[in-house]
Amino acid sequence: MDKLRLRFEKTGRAVYISHLDLMATMQRAFSRAGYRLQYSEGFNPHPLISILLPLSVGTASVCELMDFRLHEEADLSVLPMRLTDALPEGLRVLEAYPCERKSAELKWLDVRGRLEYDRGLPDPEELAAFFAQSEIVIEKKTKRGIGMTDIRPAVERISLCPEEGCICLDARVSAQEPTLNPELLAGALRQLRPELAPDFAAFTRLETYDREHRIYR
Amino acid sequence: MDKRLERILPRVQKPARYTGGEYNQILKDRDAVDLRLAFCFPDTYEIGMSNLGMSILYQTMNSLPFVWCERVFAPWGDMYAEMKQAGIPLYALESGDPLSAFDSIAFSVGYEMAYTTVLDMLDMAGLPLRSAERPSLLPLVWAGGTAAVNAEPMAPFIDLFVIGEGEEVNNEVLTLLRQAKKESWSKQDFLRCAARIGGVYVPSLYEVSYRGDGEVAAVTPKDGAPAKVLKRIVEDLDASPFPTRPVVPSTEVVHDRVCLELFRGCVRGCRFCQAGHVYRPIRAKKKETLIRQGIEALQNTGYQELTLLSLSTSDYRELPGLCDGLLAYCEERSIGLSLPSLRADNFSMELMQKLQKVRKSGLTFAVEGGSQRLRDVINKNVTEEDLLNTCAIAFSGGWNNVKLYYMLGLPTETDEDILGIAAMANAVLHCWRTHAKNKNRGVRITVSTSCFIPKPHSPFQWEAQISLDEYRRRVELLRGAITAKNVVYNWHDAETSFIEAVLSKGDRRVADAVEWVFRNGGRLDAWTDYFSFPRWMEAFEHCGIDPHFYANREIPMDAVLPWDHIDVGVRRQHLLRERERACRAELSPDCRHQCSACGAAALLKEGRCDG
Repeated sequence: MDKLRLRFEKTGRAVYISHLDLMATMQRAFSRAGYRLQYSEGFNPHPLISILLPLSVGTASVCELMDFRLHEEADLSVLPMRLTDALPEGLRVLEAYPCERKSAELKWLDVRGRLEYDRGLPDPEELAAFFAQSEIVIEKKTKRGIGMTDIRPAVERISLCPEEGCICLDARVSAQEPTLNPELLAGALRQLRPELAPDFAAFTRLETYDREHRIYR
Repeated sequence: MDKRLERILPRVQKPARYTGGEYNQILKDRDAVDLRLAFCFPDTYEIGMSNLGMSILYQTMNSLPFVWCERVFAPWGDMYAEMKQAGIPLYALESGDPLSAFDSIAFSVGYEMAYTTVLDMLDMAGLPLRSAERPSLLPLVWAGGTAAVNAEPMAPFIDLFVIGEGEEVNNEVLTLLRQAKKESWSKQDFLRCAARIGGVYVPSLYEVSYRGDGEVAAVTPKDGAPAKVLKRIVEDLDASPFPTRPVVPSTEVVHDRVCLELFRGCVRGCRFCQAGHVYRPIRAKKKETLIRQGIEALQNTGYQELTLLSLSTSDYRELPGLCDGLLAYCEERSIGLSLPSLRADNFSMELMQKLQKVRKSGLTFAVEGGSQRLRDVINKNVTEEDLLNTCAIAFSGGWNNVKLYYMLGLPTETDEDILGIAAMANAVLHCWRTHAKNKNRGVRITVSTSCFIPKPHSPFQWEAQISLDEYRRRVELLRGAITAKNVVYNWHDAETSFIEAVLSKGDRRVADAVEWVFRNGGRLDAWTDYFSFPRWMEAFEHCGIDPHFYANREIPMDAVLPWDHIDVGVRRQHLLRERERACRAELSPDCRHQCSACGAAALLKEGRCDG
């Protein structure tokens, strides 16, 4: 069968399910909903499912994408509902459709962050100025150890808006090549301007875009 | 979700085990139920969620419309420290509510090393540890599980124990508690009344006196409590509720699979085995029930593996038919079927080939003793010939991984018996050389030894455990004797076994040491990461308790045992007779050959023991 794509939400208690556990959870949910996933051939067959952008534990999303193949033809209009019924709390399937675009075409992500300050909000102007710098070089763990990385090119735009007890951050960040974990936006503050750093930050992925900033599906 | 929790969770290992929200969790309206029950497992989520008893009772207690039973597990060290620092009390997974919101706190205690964790969870719930320090009826703190067959070391902490299988009696206790709550009974009145429910043991209604030499002098019931508390069982397992809709963890746990329980009890009567005696009489489920429940559970969970549980799977009468029925469903869906607890003596080629169709796992044999004489002493009906025959079939069928389990320190064990273990491992290796199809893949033979722990209600309950030094000497003796490079030797740490022996055979005085260990940081003692032998020894010293009195002394036959007032249905005369036969290295036939009249069949009013 052809490759299909699933768009789903991961919010609430489900944000603590790790990437690997999510793969197992999805696999079981398909089975509970009465769908048979296609398996790989070979000595150790595994179901053919892949999540386009693995999400870090603690980050929510309303725009997750997952590719899969079914053993037989299925009515894609009822699949989201049936699968959602078979998923744990916090996982909700929005739509299922034939996969037409390569995963490499996905480039940008809109994210929203809630920066919580326990001892009063910092000056939003100062925060904005920090992110408006031409480069933001931070220490980042890479495969080759700790290195210096400029995260600024990976941030297409960013806006900050004070709210009750927190600052709401909206940004468009690079999803692939390079991948910017939005958590690093708070991390950059912690490293470079600790007096502006939040006591806690939680992020949500809102939408996926291609290179031309058109919505990616 | 609690704001403070939201900040902590991203920092701890495997946070999904602390959030609840899993598929098939049971949610109810907290205001629409009369009783809220926090069902606690005194170990981690991964262990507790793999426990079939927990899963069964979660369903049976929630089947009462007036009860909402929620799950609670012990946090791992990192989460524990974070919760303490943030002042977050222990909470239940379904609602996230702290344990102070609950009417009742129930513990499933399967093994003695969990005792300190029980105290820790009470403390994290904000409750005083001792029953006497909790004067009000609510929250009622109760416990059950295998460890309850000698509950004495926990007696001062727990209001009420359930002895035996909980499916029915738990709901009887909850029904009475609902009435007591409605009518505002005192705790005393409730406990006196609950003690009349079969299988309920209220420790505060028993006075224990001691003799000058330290032995228990007498256990005297008061306020109408029964002189002996008789274990409860479920008579008809086919009619008993089985969780075909179990909670499916969203994170990896120890047993990520559907478990089917074939039967309870065991026909074998190994003399060291507590489970083989306290789970009697033997009651099997029909294969039709099992196939139906297995398929339902697979559909409702989406698991890719199914395992058959029992004390001795190959003794299930309808095993071939059951496997056929399950494989018919599993094979085309690539679902694996695993059969632990097979015996070396009647393992058939046919069965093995059936399983091989799906997946090939290692073979494990619990041989227990290194010589035929010693295996006769413990009534382990396995001969070396049986083992080698089975291994020959396995090796020619392509298996190349065999594990052999033994105990060191069994009554009457000699150095010769221990050297017999090494000889047996060599014989298995030789067998592989003779029968292996493809020798290029190599072979792995693992020998594991643990230290024998005499357990209450087994024929060896009066026996002494060998000393730590002696166990270590025997380990070294075996280590030196195992020379083949394909044979790996693992041995269980002796210090834990020693403490486990003290707790298994302990009386109420041992409770002080359990509390001391907890007060000095002890929790999750079943984990080597947390177990501290010096802390336990310090506790015994501090509390004036001689641990060797409990672990290393042979109990005189005329002594009152601390657990004598707990009746698991097997008669004392039976245990004595078995012990005498052990001294003569005499086998007893298994229940299928000849009923030994152990007494457990009397627990069945109508049905008949399947032995």
